[in-house]
Amino acid sequence: MTAAEIQERLKGTFGDALLDSKLDAPQPWILIAPKRMQEIALFLRDDPALQFDYLMCLSGVDYGSGKLGVVYHLFSTVHRHKIVLKAQCTKEDAHVQSVSAVWGTANWHEREAFDLIGIVFDEHPDLRRILLPDDWEGHPLRKDYKVPEFYNGMKVPY
Amino acid sequence: MIETKTLPTRYVTQPGEIKTSSGKTLRTDEMIINMGPQHPSTHGVLRLEIVVDGEIVVDIIPHIGYLHRCFEKHAENMANYQQVIPYVDRMDYVAAMNMEHGYAVAVERLLKIEVPERVEYIRVIMAELQRIASHLIAVGTFGIDAGAFTPFLYAFRDRELILDLFEMTCGARLLYNYIWVGGLSHDLPPQFVDKCKEFCTYFKPRIKQFNDLLTFNEIFVKRTANVGVLPKDVALNYACSGPMLRGSGINWDLRRDDPYSVYNRFEWEPQLGKGEMGTVGDTWDRHIVRMREMEESVKIIEQAVAAIPTGNVQAAIPKRIRPEASEIYARTETPRGELGYYIISDGSGSPFRVKARSPAFVNLSVLPAIARGGMLADLVLVAGSVDIVLGEVDR
Amino acid sequence: MGLLDQRFENGNVFVTSLDNLLNWARLSSLWQMQFGLACCAIEMMAASASNFDIMRFGVIPRATPRQVDVLFVAGTVTIKMASRIKRLYDQMAEPRYVLSMGSCSNCGGPYWEHGYHVLKGVDRVIPVDVYVPGCPPRPEALLEGIIKLQEKVRKESLVKKSA
Repeated sequence: MTAAEIQERLKGTFGDALLDSKLDAPQPWILIAPKRMQEIALFLRDDPALQFDYLMCLSGVDYGSGKLGVVYHLFSTVHRHKIVLKAQCTKEDAHVQSVSAVWGTANWHEREAFDLIGIVFDEHPDLRRILLPDDWEGHPLRKDYKVPEFYNGMKVPY
Repeated sequence: MIETKTLPTRYVTQPGEIKTSSGKTLRTDEMIINMGPQHPSTHGVLRLEIVVDGEIVVDIIPHIGYLHRCFEKHAENMANYQQVIPYVDRMDYVAAMNMEHGYAVAVERLLKIEVPERVEYIRVIMAELQRIASHLIAVGTFGIDAGAFTPFLYAFRDRELILDLFEMTCGARLLYNYIWVGGLSHDLPPQFVDKCKEFCTYFKPRIKQFNDLLTFNEIFVKRTANVGVLPKDVALNYACSGPMLRGSGINWDLRRDDPYSVYNRFEWEPQLGKGEMGTVGDTWDRHIVRMREMEESVKIIEQAVAAIPTGNVQAAIPKRIRPEASEIYARTETPRGELGYYIISDGSGSPFRVKARSPAFVNLSVLPAIARGGMLADLVLVAGSVDIVLGEVDR
Repeated sequence: MGLLDQRFENGNVFVTSLDNLLNWARLSSLWQMQFGLACCAIEMMAASASNFDIMRFGVIPRATPRQVDVLFVAGTVTIKMASRIKRLYDQMAEPRYVLSMGSCSNCGGPYWEHGYHVLKGVDRVIPVDVYVPGCPPRPEALLEGIIKLQEKVRKESLVKKSA
């Protein structure tokens, strides 16, 4: 299926949750409302014509100027088509619904996005830091991150 | 203020009872054992918190991040796209050529440039040689996990010959900075083709020797068959890739199914696990998939070496890499599985965001699901069969 | 050695011979801890394999810090790992030595500028005796580092150093 057909199929059921799209990009993407991710993900995985059973990658992004986002790259091993979903939120209200109940691999990816960018995934079973120590302050991949001078007595910068 | 859970959840151990043959009831309890981060068998700095009931593993909670070296922050701060390549090397240090190849493919797709044929052929040769070297480490250390020390020495002896080939070409044994965006840093030296053919002729009987020594050894088979079975639907749901996926019988290889470079010109077959010694998807299957993939890699190298075209490997290297503001996700097949780079460019000379989707990070997340219910000794083998490299897991 | 260490006020022929004997015994069997963190660990493994063979210097890898003389810190030390390294170093029995292998554990390596989670050199948490430069150092370079450490051990003395 092409990206336009996938978008049509999604619009039929979830018309109001699709906020934006860019279908003429080399990798077409659809922007989804962040609080509706899980039901859309379930539909994408289980619908017989779509069957997106493989979540290739889930990345957190800091777009700068107060905007954060999550990008999902989906693939179907059955139909061999791909689609990109995006969800965006602001720094003040950095909440996106989790899809770890749909694809098991999203569990660790979302923990990493929370750790490094600071996006909170609602309904995630175990949202805690994965790469940095548990008592680290701040989210390093944000554009305005300042490296701490000391951590537990060790000097951090060079 | 973001509400966060700053402390890990404590597992509450469950008490139980067993009845002895003399009729008495003994009270039992589960125990939490800590494995790592310094441990001879965890293949790096991985910490596993294991809840055991006697010898049976009830739950595993992996803790990673002990080798988090801030790759993504470095990629954003480098002055141009070429300067990211040494950091890309160091993520999966055991398969550095494949990591560089994946990054070069991603940036070249972003820039929409084509590289000369000679560059593509040499990249395939280097990637396949690196695949053999990486699998040799994987099977050698897997033997150590099972208690067999000698296959490790055999594996490293053969790996040294491959490292000699790499050193002859670019001067480095482990971390090369060789595959650049648009080309390569050095052309092949004149004696490379002969030495490579010599290596292929030497190596083919060595795989059989290694199999006789380890793979079909009865003790090894008894330890690895039916252990750590990964079912197909779990593998796809957890987005496993590489030998983990093929060991469970799913016929999927990115070199054939999502083609990049010139792999479609060579005759070779992805190898699958068929459950020859136990169940489909057990640790023995993943091991034999890696051994057979080494044979296929030798085939690809022989075909590529016989047909390298002439050309200039540095002709297409752009003087200035300034892609337009767009983004791309490109994936390639490394020895561990599907490596993906999600690169966002904002039109300037350095990347805006580079996310490396590393196969070992994703494959490791399936470990709790497949090692539950087995014994503690089996857990070591299952963790070894996932073939993780912590540099890639933590990035 | 602990009871005899630096007990003697001035040297004599008996102490010198005992010195030589004890130092030779210690440098010929420096047991190492298998502590590979990152890429340098692969070169350390290659050094232990048959092509370069570290065991001919008497260096045997052991798994536990209680049984080793020298700690090879091979690879990047991150801040999360640093407290564990300190703990392992404290668990080693004296006389103990530390050999820092590779740029990352010498000074932070390629991650010195933007690495927020990288400790810029393991000598910020434990004292280091020998630094082996390289990224990663060749196995021959690691062997040279061991020889330098052996030379350092050879110069140790039972005689108390007067100020």
